[in-house]
Amino acid sequence: MSSRRIFARPARFAAIAPYVWMVLFFLVPFGFVLKISLSQTAIAQPPYEPVFDLAAGWGAIKAAFAALSLDNFRLLASDDIYLFAYERSLAVAVTATVLLLLIGYPIAYGMARLPKRWQAVAMVLVIVPFWTSFLIRIYAWINILQHDGLLNRILLALHLVSQPVVWLSTDSAMYIGIVYSYLPFMILPLYATLAKMEPMLEEAASDLGAPRWQVFWLVTFPLSLPGVGAGVLLCFIPIVGEFVIPDLLAGSNSLMIGQTLWLEFFTNKDWPVASAAAIVLLVVLLLPLLLYERLQKRQLEQGR
Amino acid sequence: MRKVSRLSRFNVASLALGLAFLYLPILILVIYSFNASRLVTVWGGWSLRWYHEFFNDRAMIEAAWMSLRVAVSSATIATLLGTLSAVALSRGERFRGRTLFSGMLYAPLVMPEVITGLSLLLLFVALNAERGFWTVTIAHTTLTMCFVAVVVQSRLGSLDRSLEEAAMDLGCDPMRAFVAVTLPLIAPAIVAGWMLAFTLSLDDLVIASFTTGPGSATLPIRIYSEVRLGVKPEINAICTLVIALIAVVIVIASLASKLSSAQGESAAPL
Repeated sequence: MSSRRIFARPARFAAIAPYVWMVLFFLVPFGFVLKISLSQTAIAQPPYEPVFDLAAGWGAIKAAFAALSLDNFRLLASDDIYLFAYERSLAVAVTATVLLLLIGYPIAYGMARLPKRWQAVAMVLVIVPFWTSFLIRIYAWINILQHDGLLNRILLALHLVSQPVVWLSTDSAMYIGIVYSYLPFMILPLYATLAKMEPMLEEAASDLGAPRWQVFWLVTFPLSLPGVGAGVLLCFIPIVGEFVIPDLLAGSNSLMIGQTLWLEFFTNKDWPVASAAAIVLLVVLLLPLLLYERLQKRQLEQGR
Repeated sequence: MRKVSRLSRFNVASLALGLAFLYLPILILVIYSFNASRLVTVWGGWSLRWYHEFFNDRAMIEAAWMSLRVAVSSATIATLLGTLSAVALSRGERFRGRTLFSGMLYAPLVMPEVITGLSLLLLFVALNAERGFWTVTIAHTTLTMCFVAVVVQSRLGSLDRSLEEAAMDLGCDPMRAFVAVTLPLIAPAIVAGWMLAFTLSLDDLVIASFTTGPGSATLPIRIYSEVRLGVKPEINAICTLVIALIAVVIVIASLASKLSSAQGESAAPL
């Protein structure tokens, strides 16, 4: 007991360097986003009118606060483009997460029922695609989905369609891309809870006469809910802000919020509006983010 | 008693389909990178033509070199900082600002990249920092150290603490106990963390796009601008090379964790 205490002190010192780093490069930057989201747009480099200058003392700060404006946020709230983008981002994220759960659950379930030795192999097989580049995986799908790509040729050869289907620049292509990219994030937490589950519980239920689907619905699924929660959050949050997949696979007539932010920033050079969009996105994601943090903390810090 | 036959036909089918779904697209990409034909969809026999093309593409090579340098340096700094964070969180008991600290560490794992990228860029602009190699490295370090922290922390959590306590009972001071006992035990997790940080950095498009400056594009940025213009066989070759590099990294990482598995079961998490 006491030795643990002795160990604790130097361990706490270990926090200093990463703490300073994260405050400087994670926390402080949000201050700048907030500040610039409240500034006026200017045609200059950098393209915004700095609202306050800390070096100029209190008077300047007070004057600056008076000059802060919510114009950028008003713009976001009044312009349909942004409202649609937020709405679409949430809709896409919900749909994609449900798809991921429906596809990922049977795979994770199958993994958990493999013999122990094969479980490790299956886990490596699921993790490996996660290590290969995100961009490359999307690119691989562009290859397959293009007009005379493999998918269309297979469909034509099987006489399932009479002429090539347009896949690229459609929502179906985007959903394929999202499901493909995020599948490991859904499978792994699900597998982790399913593998830990006591098989005797399921056996007891079926011994007592429950049919298979009932065993699943009344025993297996409820017990796997922590894994479902982790998988859902792990997929949902980043998908809401996704940029690359909708940009490369979906059509350009309805944008997700990550895309509008990118567009405002890189094409229109309107940094204040881009910042305001980021702040709103952050607020939308605050609740799921907090939930996710609690889950992560419980998993890592209370032992398994 | 019936442990052997728990696997139903449905289980096997979903596993097989799932793995096919995960691997087929990558496999097709790799095969087509050896296609002699300029048309990406027509098979014209085996050839190394597109690899040749890549090695003569100066801009692409420069981008690849930039990406490699960023990945190595950011992964190294991230491993150091991430390991320190993991030690502090799992051995430091309570300290002031602990909740904020763990919050800052877990948030970037799921935070949309556009937000992280934009916020870092605004910081760099405010600091008047010249954008290029160092700004991208700092940005990648900030993201990947969180992944390293999680990997190492989960290893620390599964360690038997009585080993450290025994070392101290035998007269080691905490520092010595850490170096002699804890560090060798978590070494495989640290190696795995470095590898993960390396591949994440090599892979990142969004954060790098925000934080890099003119004239210093990373490989994903170059690939992205080419891909937007359509499929090109050369890109297949580059992607295959990146996949091969990552495969080597994975093999090394799994060997490292195998070496340690004698010392206790450790399923390396993500």
